[in-house]
Amino acid sequence: MTSNTDEPRPGMSRRRLLGWTGAGAALAGVGAVAGYSAADTDPPPDPSGGVVPFRGVHQAGIITPAQDRLHFVALDLTTVDRAAVISLLRRWTTAAERMTAGAEAAPGGAVNRNPDAPPSDTGEALGLPASALTITFGIGGSLLDKLGIPRPPELADLPPFQLDTLDPALSGGDLCLQACANDPQVAVHAVRNLVRTGFGTTSVRWSQLGFGRTSSTSTTQQTHRNLFGFKDGTNNLKAEDTAALDEQVWVPPAQGPAWLTGGTYLVARRIRMYVETWDRTSLTEQESLTGRTKGEGAPIGQAREFDIPNLGPGSPILEDAHIRLASAQNNGGARMLRRGYNFVDGSDGLGHLNAGLFFLAFMQDPRRQFVPMQSQLARNDKMMEYIRHTGSAVFAVPPGLREGAYWGQSLLEG
Amino acid sequence: MSRRPLAAVTGAALAMIALSACTSTAPQGGGEGGPIQVRASDTTCDVSASEAPAGNVAFSIQNTGTKVTEFYVYGTGDRIVGEVENIGPGLSRQLLVEVPQGGQYTTACKPGMVGDGIRAPFNVTGSVPGSTSQDAVLAAAVAGYQRYTNSQIEAGIAKTQEFVDAVKRGDVPAAQALFPVSRTYWERIEPVAESFGDIDPRVDGREDDERDPGVAFTGYHRLEKDLWVTGLQPDSAAIGDTLMADMRELQTRAATVQLTPVQLANGAKELLDEVATGKITGEEDRYSHTDLWDFRANVDGSQAAVAALRPALDQRDPALGPVLDARFADVDRLLEQYRAGDGYVLYTQLTEQDKQRMTQAVDALGEPVSQVAAVVSGQ
Repeated sequence: MTSNTDEPRPGMSRRRLLGWTGAGAALAGVGAVAGYSAADTDPPPDPSGGVVPFRGVHQAGIITPAQDRLHFVALDLTTVDRAAVISLLRRWTTAAERMTAGAEAAPGGAVNRNPDAPPSDTGEALGLPASALTITFGIGGSLLDKLGIPRPPELADLPPFQLDTLDPALSGGDLCLQACANDPQVAVHAVRNLVRTGFGTTSVRWSQLGFGRTSSTSTTQQTHRNLFGFKDGTNNLKAEDTAALDEQVWVPPAQGPAWLTGGTYLVARRIRMYVETWDRTSLTEQESLTGRTKGEGAPIGQAREFDIPNLGPGSPILEDAHIRLASAQNNGGARMLRRGYNFVDGSDGLGHLNAGLFFLAFMQDPRRQFVPMQSQLARNDKMMEYIRHTGSAVFAVPPGLREGAYWGQSLLEG
Repeated sequence: MSRRPLAAVTGAALAMIALSACTSTAPQGGGEGGPIQVRASDTTCDVSASEAPAGNVAFSIQNTGTKVTEFYVYGTGDRIVGEVENIGPGLSRQLLVEVPQGGQYTTACKPGMVGDGIRAPFNVTGSVPGSTSQDAVLAAAVAGYQRYTNSQIEAGIAKTQEFVDAVKRGDVPAAQALFPVSRTYWERIEPVAESFGDIDPRVDGREDDERDPGVAFTGYHRLEKDLWVTGLQPDSAAIGDTLMADMRELQTRAATVQLTPVQLANGAKELLDEVATGKITGEEDRYSHTDLWDFRANVDGSQAAVAALRPALDQRDPALGPVLDARFADVDRLLEQYRAGDGYVLYTQLTEQDKQRMTQAVDALGEPVSQVAAVVSGQ
């Protein structure tokens, strides 16, 4: 924030903010008497979800109720100059904080700067509300390698899994930015402006758009469906279950390193789903592969979505059903906070949709949580016949920022 | 040629800045006021003085080596303050350089006319009164770029004539070798050349460009197609003659164009846009695949425009110049990796990863270059 007149408020659109900021700037020292007259009225309720606080104990965009849209980008450093990296992270933090508050990426923004200069904001979100935009920042192991910082063991590269068909161009990355919002244009705007800010220090490695959140991260949310038509993430960790989050998601002080305490790890997997062949599969087959009913989403043998699956002796759920293999009981109690999105990246040139699930999950230790579960699924899950993992990455997600701090500060200055 | 027509530039409309009055001080030189002596061998560049007071500085360059050499005086950011080219073995040439502003300059001999040359610092003391005013600095930028444009067109006409002559005598290998070289000069000054909306499509139009009915596909790319795809045609010679006539028309008209500093800055940016959209995509030289020659030339031209503006930039935003230096150097280093002999590898030899690296380098350079116009306009 460059001045307190930029302070956005819930429900304020960029256009209104723009007018208000302009007026505020013009009247600085005189007292705001004209222009934005909202001092006397509350902002209208914002169906877009309003403003999610940027700073806090944890980064936003993890246990924040999952927004509808995603733009995720993985970037590589194009320099190992630490000062250049720090400078970028400072500028990124400022821009991200502004954008999540519904403001333009930089003062002056899309139209109010020197007309001979390219606008400092790209402009496509002008007039759009904050839309619950969150921007979550992660650090890849390769960044630590490049800067000569030891990797925490949890940040080891994932081992290969059976049937992996990973495309290097869709995998890895020194840094990631996860932008989620209830308006796709707002999420894309955020990523685009941050990518632009990074030119000369970072370059885009890969990026993924997502829609139709496939997970609920709060008990206030309904469970959405993936592109196989099934409810996905019924058993997800929820924001309200703080004990489970402390046990499964947040890095405790004893685990280390210090710059990650209160942070978490993010596993991203781009999972291509062969929807055409799936759609030719009988309902019975679909349900037994999944272990849930398609309509209600109840475990096979139960009536309601949130009924506890019977995985014990005599269970009607097949030994290799997806929910059994992925269950905490089957994985030493390991759970994770899933926050994935559906995607359709056009078509594949062969007449099929290039569709699938962009799996995102936050956890304390991928080696303890994601890796055992995925080895099980890759070997035994019958659903593998219909899916392929085509992209993969792991990032350390630092804790939230206190006032004045910037992304990665405790790593690079600590 | 660009798909986005530039705002037409006319000589009349653009004389927005006052040219500073010419300072007519007597030439300064070493010791007794005579010229500074430069002895240029194949491996050394001995300059008899490393310092001179601001004003006109005279050099006398003697080529004592066996290769043709060149002598340059550079300002910050490799802004060419003065140059003498084509000094044959045993010959002596004079150079009078106007250096109104004091500061750190660089002298360089280039035996064999390649590379960065044999360089040495050259200090100019004091400043000619009034020479550092904003108007004077901008006027010098415009005048300096005008000289650059004129010299590029002159050299381009000579090289293109060689190319056309080869076409006319049916010497396809020679013409093919000259094609990318002769285009270099055009590509360096493309924003100026394109500002003549009628000359650009005739000289640098592509086969699939939209044309008015009855207007034929002519110019460099038509000859490129003849040389690489269809073989020389009955009208190839005539196309060559038209190309030369168009180049000479460009020379006449360009001499009257005076770009504003902001146009100069935008030209630098547009040259990089050309690289991003036309060269890294292999679109420009689709028959010969000599796109990297054009890439090099576009970057050269962009750097020349930025360098001309450099004193103004350094006055107004001292942080920007060093960033530009570093990013231009990154692109130079990258392009050198694709050098093959006197030229470059063909576009068809590039991998996806090569193109990715080029895109990254041009993105990294394009952002700071896009800031130059606003700094210069100072609004």
